[in-house]
Amino acid sequence: MLKVEARDKAKLIDPLYTSTRGFWMLLAVLLAVLGWAVYMYIQQLTLGLGQTGMGRPVYWGVYMVNFIFFIGISHAGTLISAILRVTGAEWRRPITRVAEAITAFALIVGTLQIIIDMGRPERLLNAIIYGRLQSPILWDIVSVTAYFMGSITYLYLPVIPDAALLRDNFPEDGPKWRLRLYTILALGWRGNRTQWIRLEKVIAVMALLIIPIAVSVHTIISWILATTVQPGWHSTIFGPYFVIGAIFSGIGALFIAMSLLRKNMGLENYFTEKQYRNLGAIFITTAAFWMYFTYSEHLTLAAGQGIHEFPVLASKLWGPYAPGFWSMVIMMLSAFWILVTPKFMPSEEKRPRIFHPRIAFGSLGLTIVMALLISNVLGLPVPDALNPLLWILLFGSLLLGGLGIATWFKTRFVAASVTSAIFVLISMWLERWYIIVPTMTHPYLVRYAEYAPSWTEISETAGSIALFMIMFLVFFKFFPVISIWEVAEGRVLDQEAAKTGPMPMPEVSSTARKGRLGFRRTE
Amino acid sequence: MTRWSMVIDLEKCVACQGCSVACRMENNTPVIEPEQAELGRSIRWNDVFPMPVNPTEETGEYPTVRTEYMTRPCMHCENPPCVKVCPVQATFKDEEGLVRQNYDRCIGCRFCTVACPYGVRYFNWYKPEWEEGMEQYHNPDKIESGGVSEGPAVRPKGVVEKCTYCVHRLHKARARAEAEERDFRADEYVPACVQTCTGKARFFGDLDDPESTVSTLSTSSRAFHLLEDVGTHPKTTYLGEG
Repeated sequence: MLKVEARDKAKLIDPLYTSTRGFWMLLAVLLAVLGWAVYMYIQQLTLGLGQTGMGRPVYWGVYMVNFIFFIGISHAGTLISAILRVTGAEWRRPITRVAEAITAFALIVGTLQIIIDMGRPERLLNAIIYGRLQSPILWDIVSVTAYFMGSITYLYLPVIPDAALLRDNFPEDGPKWRLRLYTILALGWRGNRTQWIRLEKVIAVMALLIIPIAVSVHTIISWILATTVQPGWHSTIFGPYFVIGAIFSGIGALFIAMSLLRKNMGLENYFTEKQYRNLGAIFITTAAFWMYFTYSEHLTLAAGQGIHEFPVLASKLWGPYAPGFWSMVIMMLSAFWILVTPKFMPSEEKRPRIFHPRIAFGSLGLTIVMALLISNVLGLPVPDALNPLLWILLFGSLLLGGLGIATWFKTRFVAASVTSAIFVLISMWLERWYIIVPTMTHPYLVRYAEYAPSWTEISETAGSIALFMIMFLVFFKFFPVISIWEVAEGRVLDQEAAKTGPMPMPEVSSTARKGRLGFRRTE
Repeated sequence: MTRWSMVIDLEKCVACQGCSVACRMENNTPVIEPEQAELGRSIRWNDVFPMPVNPTEETGEYPTVRTEYMTRPCMHCENPPCVKVCPVQATFKDEEGLVRQNYDRCIGCRFCTVACPYGVRYFNWYKPEWEEGMEQYHNPDKIESGGVSEGPAVRPKGVVEKCTYCVHRLHKARARAEAEERDFRADEYVPACVQTCTGKARFFGDLDDPESTVSTLSTSSRAFHLLEDVGTHPKTTYLGEG
């Protein structure tokens, strides 16, 4: 009989057997969205892909964007938790289960996008029967399958001790089939020494194996584009660019998922500031990498000015795609700002009045008004002479607002992480859109085209998000949100660490502050 | 070995679009409604269009516009990007250099249409349709047998199709030579567009035969290929104007 601590039982095990009305309502809404998407898909299947907004030369559209996006999200989990496990980051313990679940479900939804995008989905098996290993699509099938198998295994392995816990602490009045489910999944786990050693060994091996597979998955997706000679895609940076983007959006999804669970299940003691701060640090790093790669990618196109490549870039910088492209850039910069600047801001009691949230939001409003006046969208008669003043006001209010927001976010680490994660998720979707669509609409020898997704494509996108959330919700109705045994193990390690006593402090120099700069000696 | 190739003399081309029409009739390409055509869903294996397609600074402005008519079948590249990316070998380069497409195997992933820099591959967004009664006048020369359907065979929805240099005519010519128990000669086979060309601007033949018309014309100083810098090595050669 395996025991579980009372606090874990109340927070993690008991909610598995009770569902609130909100849960059922959310599930119903999601199922409705999914049902609609299925209906639209059946329509597309019977009539043809003409139901989408695609055509020649835009042969790939939203489905491909969604595919890259969801597979990107899947890098949340396995990669993050594997890297953290391998590097022995103890703070990972509470978040691994959520991360790994995101991986498995995002992979399912991502793969589904390809099937939705196929003209003859019933011939899917041709890819196995007649598969040509020279085709990047086959590489993709191989790596995504390996990644899916790997991440399902990797999700399941840490579930084994938890399933045994659930089996041993099964409530009297619980449904018998669930007890049977846990018994089967526990694989006769009794928690003896041999079993623990075996489990740790397998998890360690899987963690090592999964990292290269995860890297390969998104690299290969980028190679689908980069191995063609199309303007804007034929680029060597795509591999690392896509991998970084994938990890980036993955952590974004993880932030949102864990914050929602934290709020609704009261998991403040599990997802603590430590998890947010440390994940935030990785998030900031990937953001920096992402900006660096984005800049390099666009700089080479801009400097080269190839007659075929440059129109692709121009359409993003000042052409029809400019509004979305620059929104993406602004959102990414905001996400970076929201996570980085609060670290440098004074704490709430020390801050000057000027950093009051009210002033901050007011300033941001003023920024938007200035932007509207400068771009002259409203068609107001603004004399050109005023423009320099407007620009000064715009940057001034932007800075004031940004700094004010940063002080507000300083104490609200969850709000900061979630806000920046939402920005990042939207921007990463847009990023994939601005990789796929501008190249498709600016081909070599076909007249430049336009592309707008049809209702079918929008429905499938909504349905995909709904399906992802349904799988997530249902999974966590069966299994605890947090790997109970890993957290318990972490507590034991913490206790052991606490026994070693305080760290010896280095000796303090007697040199006074100014003396350090060489001005004056005190003695 | 035979290597089929086409040479198009733009000096002689009058842009009558006869090749386009002949191709349509020969290969049973469907018609679509105008609003579908707006979405870029018309299928023209052999297209006639102004070059450059998209105006650039180099095109010039009236009255010094530099634009010419171009006619474009499949390039039947020596190094075809479409074949390289196909996951199921639905499109393949045969031993005579023809880039062919098997509608029965295509899974409709459209990777080839994306990879082709010439835009000569077309997708069936809907089930193909014809004007009332027209489907009774389809070209009967279809290549259809277990798991293979090519050429003018009527395509189902959701697969990719493309110019095959009228490969069914080659099959037919070979079969005739065999039936008559004699050797097949390269000049027994031309695609429909070459046969119909008003200005006699199109030439077709075996590039491996140094005596053939296409071999001689390919060495002309006027000869060029579309997008020579993308490394596809097309077998459709153009002879430039003037």
